Amino acid sequence: MNKIGSYLNFHAQALELRSRRNEILASNIANAATPNFKARDLDFDAEINRHVGIGPLQTTNEQHFPTAIAATGDRLLFREPVNSSLDGNTVELSVEQMEFSENVTRYQTTLTFLNNRISGLMSAIRGE
Amino acid sequence: MSEIKNIFDISGRAMAAQLVRLNTVASNLANAGTISSNKEEAFRALKPVFQTRYADELKRSGISTVDVLTVAEVTRAPEKAFMPHHPSADADGFVYRAAVDENEEMVEMVEASRQYQNNVEVISTIRALMMRTINMGK
Repeated sequence: MNKIGSYLNFHAQALELRSRRNEILASNIANAATPNFKARDLDFDAEINRHVGIGPLQTTNEQHFPTAIAATGDRLLFREPVNSSLDGNTVELSVEQMEFSENVTRYQTTLTFLNNRISGLMSAIRGE
Repeated sequence: MSEIKNIFDISGRAMAAQLVRLNTVASNLANAGTISSNKEEAFRALKPVFQTRYADELKRSGISTVDVLTVAEVTRAPEKAFMPHHPSADADGFVYRAAVDENEEMVEMVEASRQYQNNVEVISTIRALMMRTINMGK
């Protein structure tokens, strides 16, 4: 991977994962009244390690292609309800709202980090 | 049914489902207390049946939204009351009141509007996030 790409890679992966988690949490909120729906979520720490930990293939010969391996699929877990409801639905709006707002804040944080890195690169390129 | 691609599909369809629920509540409350001269014709409360709709219906995992499967009548029997002077009374002087529980409907209304608001909140938050993401690096 090129230098600029790897400089931005971690935060780019984090941003994508945060956005994926937003969709999962939105699905939970959408299904707040569906009987037997089980709330899902992904473990961000485990997933980011899985996504960033896997890079291009190590090669021992210069004629080998360093094929990039991407981590595929999300490992979705089931949420453990605080108070289980009678209809088998495990969505608790207070929990989901809290997780959603936390995730949104962290998304914005990652976005700010990315912006800072990009503006740092830009000022280095301009040499001002 | 159209595909579920992004968060706008998820929350938008959930809002549509909650709106169906609010409509049934309005219809039930409008018909509460109506009187009929026989058991079969008496009004019975309508309830929407929600079902999860996954973007990936084979795996049944990942992002999902909700659809209204059907709108069903409650199985509760209409209340039988003795009102011999009522114009709708049957030969024995009985009338049948609509099978609607007003308290239950009010609770349902509050819950549905709350969940509708939640979905609106999700969409407006995500929209703001997308706008900030578009401006990345500027």
